[in-house]
Amino acid sequence: MTNPQSPIPNPGHSVAVYLARHESKSLLRFITCGSVDDGKSTLIGRLLHDSKLLLDDQVSALESDSRRYGTQNGEIDYALLVDGLAAEREQGITIDVAYRFFDTARRKFIVADCPGHEQYTRNMATGASTADLAVVLVDARKGLLTQTRRHSYIVSLLGIRHVILAVNKMDLIDYDQVAFERIAADYRELAAKLGIDHVHCLPLSALKGDNVTAPGERMPWYRGQTLLGHLETIDTAGEREERPFRLPVQWVNRPNQNFRGFSGSVASGAIRVGDEVIVLPSGKRTKLAGVLNPQGSADFASEGEAVTLTLADEVDASRGDVIASATHPPEIADQFAAHVLWLQDAPLLPGRSYWLKIGARTVGAQVTEIKHRIDVNSQAELAAKRVALNEVAYCNLMLDQPIAFEPYAGCRALGGFILIDRQSHATVGCGTIDFALRRANNIHWHALEIDRKARAASKGQQPACLWFTGLSGSGKSTIANLLDRRLHGMGYHTYVLDGDNVRHGLNKDLGFTDEDRVENIRRVAEVAKLMVDAGLIVLVSFISPFRNERRMARELFAAGEFLEVFVDTPLALAEQRDPKGLYQRAREGKIPNFTGISSPYEPPEHAEIHLPTAELKPEQSVERVIARLIGEP
Amino acid sequence: MPNQSHLDRLEADSIHILREVAAEFRNPVMLYSIGKDSSVLLHLLLKAFAPGRPPIPLLHVDTTWKFREMIAFRDRRAAETGCALHVHINPDGVAQGIGPISHGATVHTDVMKTQALKQALDQGGYDAAIGGARRDEERSRAKERVFSFRSAQHRWDPKNQRPELWNLYNARIHKGESVRVFPLSNWTELDIWLYIYRENIEVPSLYFASERLVVERDGALIMVDDERLPLRDGEQPMRKKVRFRTLGCYPLTGAIESDADTLEAIIQEMLVSRTSERQGRVIDHDPAASMERKKQEGYF
Repeated sequence: MTNPQSPIPNPGHSVAVYLARHESKSLLRFITCGSVDDGKSTLIGRLLHDSKLLLDDQVSALESDSRRYGTQNGEIDYALLVDGLAAEREQGITIDVAYRFFDTARRKFIVADCPGHEQYTRNMATGASTADLAVVLVDARKGLLTQTRRHSYIVSLLGIRHVILAVNKMDLIDYDQVAFERIAADYRELAAKLGIDHVHCLPLSALKGDNVTAPGERMPWYRGQTLLGHLETIDTAGEREERPFRLPVQWVNRPNQNFRGFSGSVASGAIRVGDEVIVLPSGKRTKLAGVLNPQGSADFASEGEAVTLTLADEVDASRGDVIASATHPPEIADQFAAHVLWLQDAPLLPGRSYWLKIGARTVGAQVTEIKHRIDVNSQAELAAKRVALNEVAYCNLMLDQPIAFEPYAGCRALGGFILIDRQSHATVGCGTIDFALRRANNIHWHALEIDRKARAASKGQQPACLWFTGLSGSGKSTIANLLDRRLHGMGYHTYVLDGDNVRHGLNKDLGFTDEDRVENIRRVAEVAKLMVDAGLIVLVSFISPFRNERRMARELFAAGEFLEVFVDTPLALAEQRDPKGLYQRAREGKIPNFTGISSPYEPPEHAEIHLPTAELKPEQSVERVIARLIGEP
Repeated sequence: MPNQSHLDRLEADSIHILREVAAEFRNPVMLYSIGKDSSVLLHLLLKAFAPGRPPIPLLHVDTTWKFREMIAFRDRRAAETGCALHVHINPDGVAQGIGPISHGATVHTDVMKTQALKQALDQGGYDAAIGGARRDEERSRAKERVFSFRSAQHRWDPKNQRPELWNLYNARIHKGESVRVFPLSNWTELDIWLYIYRENIEVPSLYFASERLVVERDGALIMVDDERLPLRDGEQPMRKKVRFRTLGCYPLTGAIESDADTLEAIIQEMLVSRTSERQGRVIDHDPAASMERKKQEGYF
């Protein structure tokens, strides 16, 4: 590598001077958002064009595209500059966020042009998450629309404090000042409700270029700055208060016996060699011994830098831990109140387990309670049992292990998280932590004097949970009951938890919606776990149609304790048996959400025991289970 | 508190991305294509894991039509940095004698680049492939995520990309699927050159103006890099002072006439340029959405 000590090798040279100027310019990342057809893409195209930032071959490509796909009768259609996907140009819409880069003499810009359609809200959120400022466009003829409100809500949720309201298409309402003032007042009222502190309103015409980079001569009543003028001068950094040092460990750098460094990006604050630090969640304390930054050794690390830290003592730290200032450590918790924006078609269900990624840590998480959903139009808080695509909800969240965190308002890097589906691996939601519901260090498990080992030993058996899953009428209960009798006869301590029976008691408050099915399984799994702790062999006989919930049940148990038994009966056969006449009633539409008919059954992919009941008699199935259970102590 | 400069911020963000890749993937690889962007990427890779060696090997998909100097440069840089380097050439393409002159740019690029890349990724069992593409290069790239998901068939679905919030990158995939990672997404061509200048990063001398033997063909200046370039009627190789803004297969990469033979001169030339860098690339002049289509099919 090169000569890190003198980054500018030849001071005095004109490129060195240029570089220095380039380096000292501030960067503004902003988005354009708002409803469909409010002219977002056109505005960016106009901005780039009027700032003379387009190159000749880009202009000629734009001209030929405008003739082919344009919506401006062959005149230049600026939207085509940013609508970079073929599908977008064909349909004349924006599907995904496009990033464009430009700079003026005063500032550098990265602009993310966000799609206006509600169905692409997740892409708008993607663009907004890294922005400092939002340009919200409104069609002067239409005023504030649902999407204006939705986007503004997301802007405020993601912590963007500066908004420019651009009332576009003023040319179509004869540059009417009264209409503009009315829309501006409406928006200021909305922004106040959303807690957006800094709002600038300006009238413009992206199509005609009024007030984009040059003052609109047709609006002499407007005395404020142009859009570009605002973008160049708004200070988004503000008087940011000094915050304590935080660094999520991304990577442990251990090239040889003599070096052990912890690499990551400084999420907030600054630290000096010799300062005391704490590693969380373990809580071990030590001093900062050294800093390696991209230029080489240093004695200082501050916010935004990608560094490698060495510590004075051999303390254990690994990916996902947080190294923090020992004098101002962050809180540690495993339960939070958080806002969640849902990004996929299948709804968020309380009790279902997702992966949550925050900082450099990925943990298991579930929403334990949806406090309310937020109506983006009115900001009203509505009761909800699920969160659908593009909805925002205020939730209680529980993790499977404690983490170091910060409220999102204080530190984005330790307060923002994404939720990942455990089956599809898609990013299904994002959220912001508001506060901890209880601190993890306050949790004290009752130290039980007689432990689970002792209980199992007194019964002379290996406790287990046998989880029978399969369609209604597949023979789960028949097999479980037969097995129960056989095991009892052999001297084992057993208990059967049967779906129908539990629904008469413990779960009689639950119905058959997806949410209730999830909760049904959760409760039964917890009860089964208590029984296994007590030393029993528990036979759970539940349709349990969803893989996610079966996995959630499995994860409550120690390795080897949970055996999934797939009672595999083809639907046609189960329907033919139909011992309770349920299939017939479901086919007649009298039972909604009936598994196999109107609600899906997801067969296990890796069941420990597979019982194809078309080939096996119940007694043979029982033998097969016993062989597995006793054969492998 | 010392303020980070623009290049410092870009550098830090890219290093963050590289570390995420190393930590989250089982078997990542970095596509090394020898040009200026690859040179910057390699420089960042070394920084991200210093004082250790990068835990990520390099992969070069060799079309067999690269400039000779590029291959020599590649081998030297790999040796100097101590990075593992794998080179893959599509054996089917070689067996069929595929080349840009005999088969045209489209077939050549598809077989020797896109198909070859897929072969190399499958054979290596790589679950992440890091590339040097930038969003300012081309408008379908402007739409792409930093962590860009690929199906088991290496296809990109631009209409259904994963949301990507903050710098929380979702690296979860199923077996056979993969992720293309673009640490230079937010760099511009100017940033790349200024960073090369600031850090004194070595790049192939083809970027610098020099007297080179070229022919003028379909409006582009094509360098006569070896004896495989057949001359058409009336074509007369001539010596001209030229340089390249991007490097690819030599018969498909147009030179520009230039006197810029230092980094300072290159940057000054770029500051007054009125055309974009991809202008010299023959393959980009296909129908409007060609880059997007190639990317969907697995091209980087």
